[in-house]
Amino acid sequence: MGQILEIIFTADFLHSIIRLSTPILFATMAALISERAGVINIGIEGTMLFASLMGVVGSAFTGNVWLGVLCAVVSGIAFSGLLSFFHLKLETDIVLTGIALNLMSSGLTIFILYILTGDKGVSTQLASKAVPNINIPLIQDIPVLGSILSGHSVLTYLAFFLVIALAIFLKKTKLGTYIRAVGENSDSVETAGISVNMVRLKALLISGAISGLGGAFMSMAYVNMFTKDMVAGRGFIALAAEAMGRGVPGLSMLSALFFGMADALSNNLQLFNMPSELTRLMPYAFTIVALGIYAAREQRKSKA
Amino acid sequence: MKKKNLLFSSATTVLAITISLVIALVIILCVSEQPGQAVTALLLGPLRSTRLIGSIFTTAIPICFTGLAVCLMFQASMFNMCAEGSFFLGALAAAAFATKVPLPGILGLAGPMLVGAAAGALLCLVPAWLKAKLNASEMVASLMLNYIALYLGLYVLNTYLRDQSFGALASEKLPDSSKLDKIIPGTSIHSGIFLAIFFIVLCFLLLYKTSLGHKIRTYGQNPRFTKYAGIKVGSVIILSQVLGGAIAGIGGSVEVMGMYERFQWTSLPGYGWDGVILAILARNKPQYVPLAAIFLSYLRVGASTMASNTDVPKELITVIQAIMIMLITATALLKGMKQKMVIKEALSSGTDS
Amino acid sequence: MTDHEQVTPILEMRQISKVYGNGVYANQQVSLSVNRGEIHALVGENGAGKSTLMKILFGMEKPDQGEIVLEGKTVTFRSPQDAIARGIGMVHQHFKLVDSLSVTENVTMGYEPVKRGFIDRKTAKEKVSKIAELFELQDELDTATGKLPVGIKQKVEIIKALYRGAQILILDEPTAVLTPQETEELFDQLMKLKSRGYTVIFISHKLREVKQISNRISIMRQGKMIDTVDTDGITEQEISSRMVGTNYSKNLAKKAAEPKEVLLQVKNLTAVGMNKKEVVNNVSFSVRAGEITGIAGVEGNGQNELIQMITGLRKIDRGSVCIMGRDTGKLSIQELRELGMSYIPSDRMEDGLAVSMSIGENLISTKLKDRRLYRHHLLSKKKIRDMANQLVRDYRIKCDSQETPVSMLSGGNMQKVVVAREFTQQARLIIAEQPTRGIDVGAAKFIHEELIRLRDENCAVLLVTADLEELYQLSDNILVMYDGRFSAYFPNPDQVSETELGNYMLGVKIQSETEIGRGCHEEEKPAI
Repeated sequence: MGQILEIIFTADFLHSIIRLSTPILFATMAALISERAGVINIGIEGTMLFASLMGVVGSAFTGNVWLGVLCAVVSGIAFSGLLSFFHLKLETDIVLTGIALNLMSSGLTIFILYILTGDKGVSTQLASKAVPNINIPLIQDIPVLGSILSGHSVLTYLAFFLVIALAIFLKKTKLGTYIRAVGENSDSVETAGISVNMVRLKALLISGAISGLGGAFMSMAYVNMFTKDMVAGRGFIALAAEAMGRGVPGLSMLSALFFGMADALSNNLQLFNMPSELTRLMPYAFTIVALGIYAAREQRKSKA
Repeated sequence: MKKKNLLFSSATTVLAITISLVIALVIILCVSEQPGQAVTALLLGPLRSTRLIGSIFTTAIPICFTGLAVCLMFQASMFNMCAEGSFFLGALAAAAFATKVPLPGILGLAGPMLVGAAAGALLCLVPAWLKAKLNASEMVASLMLNYIALYLGLYVLNTYLRDQSFGALASEKLPDSSKLDKIIPGTSIHSGIFLAIFFIVLCFLLLYKTSLGHKIRTYGQNPRFTKYAGIKVGSVIILSQVLGGAIAGIGGSVEVMGMYERFQWTSLPGYGWDGVILAILARNKPQYVPLAAIFLSYLRVGASTMASNTDVPKELITVIQAIMIMLITATALLKGMKQKMVIKEALSSGTDS
Repeated sequence: MTDHEQVTPILEMRQISKVYGNGVYANQQVSLSVNRGEIHALVGENGAGKSTLMKILFGMEKPDQGEIVLEGKTVTFRSPQDAIARGIGMVHQHFKLVDSLSVTENVTMGYEPVKRGFIDRKTAKEKVSKIAELFELQDELDTATGKLPVGIKQKVEIIKALYRGAQILILDEPTAVLTPQETEELFDQLMKLKSRGYTVIFISHKLREVKQISNRISIMRQGKMIDTVDTDGITEQEISSRMVGTNYSKNLAKKAAEPKEVLLQVKNLTAVGMNKKEVVNNVSFSVRAGEITGIAGVEGNGQNELIQMITGLRKIDRGSVCIMGRDTGKLSIQELRELGMSYIPSDRMEDGLAVSMSIGENLISTKLKDRRLYRHHLLSKKKIRDMANQLVRDYRIKCDSQETPVSMLSGGNMQKVVVAREFTQQARLIIAEQPTRGIDVGAAKFIHEELIRLRDENCAVLLVTADLEELYQLSDNILVMYDGRFSAYFPNPDQVSETELGNYMLGVKIQSETEIGRGCHEEEKPAI
C-alpha cells in the first residue's frame, strides 16, 4: 500500500493522469454538447475510432500532422453527420443508431486498414505523424508543477481549453442557448420559431468534431499508430462522466479526470505483479461503481 | 389497420435489406479487382457445398440464443448490452465446469449449461439491479460490464483453467460427455439446434402467454403505467434481464460444447452484438428470431467465402449490417407513402370518419 | 357591431383537410374567415378539430388539402417560423416556455439581438421591457419562467408573440388554467389589444366566456366547420346545440347522497417536495361510502401530490391514509387495488394506458391474477378476447376490435378504456382525477353517469377536477385546496357561488380550522 501511495504522489503519476484523461475529456465534451441538446450520442465510441484511423491515414498520405488532425475532425463530423441523418431525418432510435454506428466503425476501420495495408490489426505500415508536445514557458520552470502541467501534447491543452470554450458557448451565444433550451423543452423551441432539428444537427456535428479530436489524440499522440478497437470503451465511459458532471462543463471535466486517474492507476498497478487482466478491468469497474454511487446519491436527493 | 402496419414494417425491412445490399455491391465495385467473383461469392457462396449450407445453421445457433436474450431485454425497454459478456462468461463457465467436474451422461451436458446460464444471468443482474434499485443507466453499466466480463474471464482462464501443454491460451479439452453430438454427417450441425428451437418456443410463450411476459411488455411500453397498475416494477426489470442473461449464457455453453474442443476465446466473440442486430431485425419478437438468424448467418457465411476467395475482407459485412439495422429502424422511410395511403383511403371512404 | 363597419378578412383558411396517421379526419374541408381587429371565437367540444386547425395556421401541422390566404395572398407555412414571419402568434394551452431561462430569454428566443457573436442581453431586455410594460411585467424580466405562477406565464406567452410581431394572436383554451378572477384580467388585456388593432382568435368551449368576449363565433363539430355567426345574434343554448349536434341535455339525474361509513380517511397528510417545501401540508379529510367528494383548486396547489399519496404512487412523508380502515403506509399498490381502490389518473396517456398495446391488453393489465383469463396456465387469447369484447360493449368503446392499439382511439374512447378497467374490479373507493379532461361531451356524460351509479351502489368517490361545471354537477360536498392546504369545506355545493369558490381557490379567503375540519365527518359517522 505504501508503495502505491508513493507512486500516486509523484509528478509522473499526476502527469500521466492529465495525459490519460485527455481522450476521455474530449469524449466527455462530445457527449456533453449532444446531451445538452437532448440527444444521447452513444456513437462517440465509434466516431472516435473512425477518426483515429482517418487521422493516421490523413497524416501518412499528406505527410502533415495537422492535415491528419483535420482529417480526423472532418471524419468525426462526417460520422456524426450520418448519425444525424438517420436520427433526425429518418427518425431512427438514437440509441440503436449509435450502436449500429459503433459496430460499423469497428468493422469499417478494419476494412479500410486492410484495403490500404493488407493488415487487419495495426497501422505500422503507414508512416503517420505524431502531434507534438509543447513546453509552456514559465510554467515549465516551476518545480514539480511544471513537470506535471508542461510537456503535454498540443491536443491535451486544446481539450482543457475546450472545456472553457464550451462553457462560454453554452451560456453566451445564441446557438448555445438554443441547445440548452432544446434539451430542456424542445417543444418550446419549435414553437418559438426555431427548428429543433437544425439545433440538434449542429450540436451533433460539434459533438462529432470534438470526438474527431479525441480520435486524433488516440492515434497521433497517445500512441503513434492505429490499432483495432483502440478506443476501448472511452466513448462509453464519457457518457458516465457527462452524467456525473450533470452536463456542466467544469464538473464533467472533473469526472473525466477521475476516470483518467483510474486509468493511470491501473497502468501503474501492473508494476506490482498484479495480473494484467485484473488491472485492465479496473477503469471499467471504477466507472460502474462511480455510476452506482452517483445514482444512489441522486436518488436519495430526489426522495428527500 | 393492424394489417397495414405489418405491411409497412415488412416493406421497410425489405427496402432496408435491398438498399444495404446495393451499397455492398457499390463498395465491392470500388475496392475489388475481381468484383464479379466477390459478389457471386457473397450472395451465392453459402450454397456451394453441404458443408457451407451446414455452417449457415451452425452460425445461426449461437446468434439465435443471443437474439432471444436481447429480444427479452429490449421488450422491457432496457438497453442492456450485456448479452455479449453473458455469452462469453457463459461459455467460459460451462467449459470450466465441464473440465473440472466431469459428469457422465446427460449430466455432462446439463451441468455445464446450468452453470453457464447462471454465469450469464449473474452478469445481467448487475445493470438490472442498478436500474431497479438506484435508477442508474443500465446502458452505460452494461457496456462497462462487457469489458469486465472479458478481462475477468481471461484472468480465470489464464490462472485456473489454462492447459499448460497447449500452445495457445486455452482451457483443457472438454470431456466427451460434455460435447453436443453432430447430427448431420458432412456438416457441423450439432444437437444444440434443438435447444435453440426449444428456447424460441419458450421465449414466445413467456412473452405472450404468461403474466410475467405481459408485465415485461407493459413495462417496456410504459413504465409509469406499469407502476400505476400495481405491478412490481423492480421484479419485472430484474427478471427480464436475468432471464435474458441466462439465455445468452446457455448460448455460450451450447456454442463451446457444440463447436469447440476447448474454450479458447481471448477477445469477445461479438455474438452479443449480433443478438442486438437480430433483435432489431426481428423487431423484438422471438417468433421472427430464427428467420432473422438464418438470414444473418447466410450473409456471414457468404462474406467468409468472399474473403477466402477474393480480395474483399469479410468486415464488409459489418458495415452492411449496420446500415441495414439503421434503415430498418428508420420509421420515416416509408412514412410519406403510408400517410398518402391513409389519406387516400380516408378520402375514398367518403365523408364518414 | 361588425355589421356596419368595413369588413376586411385579414385571414382566410379555405377547404382545409387534415387526416391523421390513424386514418381519422381531424379537419374536413374546413373554412374559416377572420376579420381584421376582431376577437373571433372558435368553439367546439373536445376533439372537434379546433386545435388542429390552429396548429395548421401556426405551421405546426401541414394540411393535406386546402389553402391559407393572409391579407389576400396565399401562403404556405412549413414551420412556426414561417407563420411567425407572417405575423401570426400562438399561445398554447400548455405553455411553451423553457423553465430555466429568464422571461427575457424566453421572449426573445430565436430573435435575439447579437453583438460580436454573443447575445446582447442589455438590448434584449430593453426591447422586451417596452412590451412588458403593457402587462406590468417589466420587473420580472430576469426571473426564470419556471418560478412564475400560471397567470403570469400566460402573459409571458402573449408578450412573446407580440415581440415576434404578431398581428393575429391565437389563444388556445387560455382560460382553462385560470381562476375566474384571472380570466377577467385576461379579458381586459384582450380588449386592450383589440383596441390597438390586433386580431385575436380565441379557442374555447366555455360558452359564457365566448359570449362575453368575442365579436363572432365559428362553431366546429367532428372535424367540420358548422357555421360562423355574430356573437350578438345567438344564445348560449343555440351555440351548444350546434356544437354537440343534438339537443344534449347536460343535466344529470342525481338523487341526494346517503353517506354511510368512512372508506377513505386521510389524517395530517404531508408531502415534502423539492427544496424542502411542503407541497401537501397537514391535510385531513374523509370520504364516505355513497358520496362524491370534490376537490377544487387551481392546478399545482398540491392536489396531484395528495392523490399520488392516497393511491400509493408517492411516498407518504408524514401523516396517514386509511382505506377501508386499513393503514396504507406499508401496502403495495397491488394490495391497495385488492382492497378496492381504483384510480382514474389525470394523464391517461402517461399513467393510465400503454397506448401502443391493444385495448384487450390494456384491459387485463390489472387483472393478471384472474384465473379466468388462463387456459392450461397460459393466457388464453380467446378468453381475453371474450372479456375485452364484453367491456367494449358495456362501456361503448368505439373501435374496430379489441385488438386495436389504444393509440388509434379518440381521447374519449381512450378514457373509456381506463374507466372500463378501473370500474370492473370490485371497486369500493374510486379516485377520479380530471376524469373528463379533453374528451367529448358524450363520453364525459357517460363517465359522469357511471360515477353517480357507483356512488349509488355505495362506493366512495373522490373527485379532483379543474372543471367547475363538473365539480358542481357531481360533488355532494366540496373541499377547496390552496397552497397545499384546504382553504374551505362546503357540505353542500349549492351554498357557494363560483366567484366565492374562486376566492377560496386563490387563497383570498380561508375558512377557519373548525369549518374545514368538518371535512373529516368525524361526529357524524364513526370510521369503521
